[in-house]
Amino acid sequence: MTATGCRDLPVLRERGQREVFCGLTGIIWLHRKMQDAFFLVVGSRTCAHLLQSAAGVMIFAEPRFGTAILEEKDLAGLADAQAELDREVDRLIARRPDIRQLFLVGSCPSEVIKLDLSKASERLSARHAPHVRVLNYSGSGIETTFTQGEDACLAAMVPALPATQARELMLVGALPDVVEDQALALLAALGIGPVRVLPARRSGDTPAVGPNTVFALTQPFLGETRAALMRRGARPIDAPFPFGEEGTTLWLRAVADEFGVPADLFEAVTAAPRARARKAIAAAAEILRDRTVFFFPDSQLEVPLARFLARECGMRPLEVGTPYLHRDILGPELDLLPPVPVLSEGQDVDLQLDRARAQRPDLTVCGLGLANPLESEGLATKWAIELVFTPVHFYEQAGDLAGLFARPLRRRALLDAPRMEAAE
Amino acid sequence: MKLTVWTYEGPPHVGAMRVATGMEGLHYILHAPQGDTYADLLFTMIERRGKRPPVTYTTFQARDLGSDTARLFADAARAAHDRFRPEAIIVGASCTAELIQDDPGGLAEALGLPCPVIPLDLPSYQRKENFGADETFLQIVRHLARPMPRTERVSCNILGPTALGFRHRDDLAEIAALLEEMGIEVNMAGPMGARPADIARMGAAHFNVLLYPETAESAARHCEKTFGQPWTRTIPIGVAATRAFVEEVATLAGTALRPDESRLRQPWWAASVDSTYLTGKRVFLFGDATHVIAAARIAATEIGFEVVGMGCYNREQARPLRAAAKEYGLEALITDDYLEVEAAIAALQPELILGTQMERHIGKRLGIPCAVISAPVHVQDFPARHSPQMGFEGANVIFDTWVHPLVMGLEEHLLHMFRDDFEFHDAAGPSHHGGHAPRPMQMTDSPAEGAGAALAAAAAEAGSMPGAAALSPDTIVWLSDAERELKKIPFFVRGKARRNTETFALSKGLAEISIDTLYEAKAHYAR
Repeated sequence: MTATGCRDLPVLRERGQREVFCGLTGIIWLHRKMQDAFFLVVGSRTCAHLLQSAAGVMIFAEPRFGTAILEEKDLAGLADAQAELDREVDRLIARRPDIRQLFLVGSCPSEVIKLDLSKASERLSARHAPHVRVLNYSGSGIETTFTQGEDACLAAMVPALPATQARELMLVGALPDVVEDQALALLAALGIGPVRVLPARRSGDTPAVGPNTVFALTQPFLGETRAALMRRGARPIDAPFPFGEEGTTLWLRAVADEFGVPADLFEAVTAAPRARARKAIAAAAEILRDRTVFFFPDSQLEVPLARFLARECGMRPLEVGTPYLHRDILGPELDLLPPVPVLSEGQDVDLQLDRARAQRPDLTVCGLGLANPLESEGLATKWAIELVFTPVHFYEQAGDLAGLFARPLRRRALLDAPRMEAAE
Repeated sequence: MKLTVWTYEGPPHVGAMRVATGMEGLHYILHAPQGDTYADLLFTMIERRGKRPPVTYTTFQARDLGSDTARLFADAARAAHDRFRPEAIIVGASCTAELIQDDPGGLAEALGLPCPVIPLDLPSYQRKENFGADETFLQIVRHLARPMPRTERVSCNILGPTALGFRHRDDLAEIAALLEEMGIEVNMAGPMGARPADIARMGAAHFNVLLYPETAESAARHCEKTFGQPWTRTIPIGVAATRAFVEEVATLAGTALRPDESRLRQPWWAASVDSTYLTGKRVFLFGDATHVIAAARIAATEIGFEVVGMGCYNREQARPLRAAAKEYGLEALITDDYLEVEAAIAALQPELILGTQMERHIGKRLGIPCAVISAPVHVQDFPARHSPQMGFEGANVIFDTWVHPLVMGLEEHLLHMFRDDFEFHDAAGPSHHGGHAPRPMQMTDSPAEGAGAALAAAAAEAGSMPGAAALSPDTIVWLSDAERELKKIPFFVRGKARRNTETFALSKGLAEISIDTLYEAKAHYAR
């Protein structure tokens, strides 16, 4: 497999302007996933503005996050800032008695002024125990890119997980509930159990970890979390990620092999959903086949998604850009990915735009800041953020995943004007 | 430190971006960490711009902090100049870069770039987006505009429109056309649509038309001082204000020409009998001060609503807003905390909210109709059609927009008569709106329910909201027959009826509300 894959391909590493979100953005899905958690960003007005702009109107109803905005007087003396933080947290916990976990989330300004949030979370944990546990992590742009925020959050939870000697499987990564339930049902049908999930929907269901724990990542961007779990003695099951029929089957098989599931049982459990997934993908693949695709770096999902599009939908990746290429985690994916002309890590957005314009891909996967400008230049785009916000894992979503990429192309075919007149 | 859930204004560098993105031929070098590029999507997604904002972010990371972020800035600035060849450059820092004190202005000057370089000093931890726009435009005018002879024909500059402004595109077109009808040439309009070269010629105008004090009052004052250009004080939003604006402009220009009013339909639309149902509807207004002051006047004198509360989020304009509120016998609510605004609305139970994107969500939660009159706004408030707020067409647009969320006149009566009809019941909402019936009234009925209302109640208890503390519905008991009778009142007035009855009962020292109390209160508040 290695001979045909991308594992040994040279990587184009660039640095310059990056058109990516910072790790704070992960709060937008994490706060929906963990229903008794609150995320308190310690940062600036920019942080608050980012969260509301990235979240748009989707979650206006009941945010379980907020920003403690640093003001001039907080910057003058640090002792003062700690006291201010205590006051704001007291107020918050009094107002939201349903909160069981509070995450203090560091930002660029809090990192630069070296506001010690680990000290703060220890102090506040002691103060509000046992009702509320206070943890901290950094979602700052100077340290994290977009989905790395979830990694930092989960990694911060690992040292606080209870210890166990039980042989258990842990799924790691925040999935939409519907997808998580499907995964658990498949594993149950294979006779694998008990299965724990990190992060749990409610803090009462928090998994335990120990030397007999094995874990499988469901997202490729969880490198720190993986390392933290290994430090607790747990062992990773490395596999391709459960995107598409093939990815899901390989991921499940790796888990099944670990638990000694008989081949005929595996076949019996997966045959029907595999067939459904293949059928659902086929409809979208008709549109995607032989089309070229160009990935700008965004969520670290780029390599698995390029693998899915190339192998199951017949697309031709021109460039696969990712903010960070984690070789231990992505090894099995790189083995499967047919050789691509450019595999890039990091970004200089102007140079990368030059490459995209020169190649004029049929589909460009990019962030919201670039999508409309490229559309107005006549390039079809897929907003990358939708891939993180939409249920796309496992068999029953494989068709939806392919459909997300097919829709912009279908749309262009429907609108007969060859080039839209864009706003200036 | 202040806990914020949603903000009305972004940081000041976003204000600078609104100026830069509105202009042509200008580039902004922003010293900022990875992630601050999120601001691009405000323009490319919310405003649907087909071009990237002309901003280069230096994108420093943690590992750069120990070494040389200043060189990173210099490299980014030089590369951006070489790539984009702008006529002028503005340079500044976002909140994080402000802390590392690299002095982007000094660094950029040292590069000796062959175009004007304008340093911005926007204190991120003290000021906000509107200040950032106003200050940026002032600095651009200061650096580029030079005194010069006046144009031969009478001319003016139009000051204020920016990218991401609420209907700025259409207001500008509307007012430029109106000025043309009056025989006045537009010498420069900006920041939106202007090039640095146009800014340089600003001194040639005879006077300035200031459309948005929030984003350009400082520039107007600078031009008055430096070029002796007077500027207009009237904001032409509404019929009366537009006519007053025309007279103010005519005096400054010395012209006898007046714009054609034949396309103005709003006064007849407001006077025609169908609009009788608008009479005395209670409205709450919130937004930037300029739009709220103008909207209050339209509401009270051009549509016949009752203004029951008003406020603004920009403290810079608090004084004129307070004065305007006083005219309606009200205390203005000056706050940038949306929980306070929600508490005020929950307590007042208006029949219509005129606000921002934020109030639209408050309205949704409380089951109160809302129309948007001010930034911040979302993608649906950037319509494809010409849809100004200013001038005579603006008055027409405003009438349509504000009336749309309400239940129409005759429908109101029919709902009273046939409220139990299985298809035409009051929970179905206004018949011209599909798909989103107002929620059952439990939110407004018991403020303790629902997280939003709970937050609002907490804010009210904290005493941060004037007037809210006077209501104590907890102490009053609704007898079951009175409760049933209340449910017979259509949804769009039920919240008000409940509040009025409780206020009435409190004033009479009653602990219980019966059917009699309900109807006594109704008679008491009859209008």
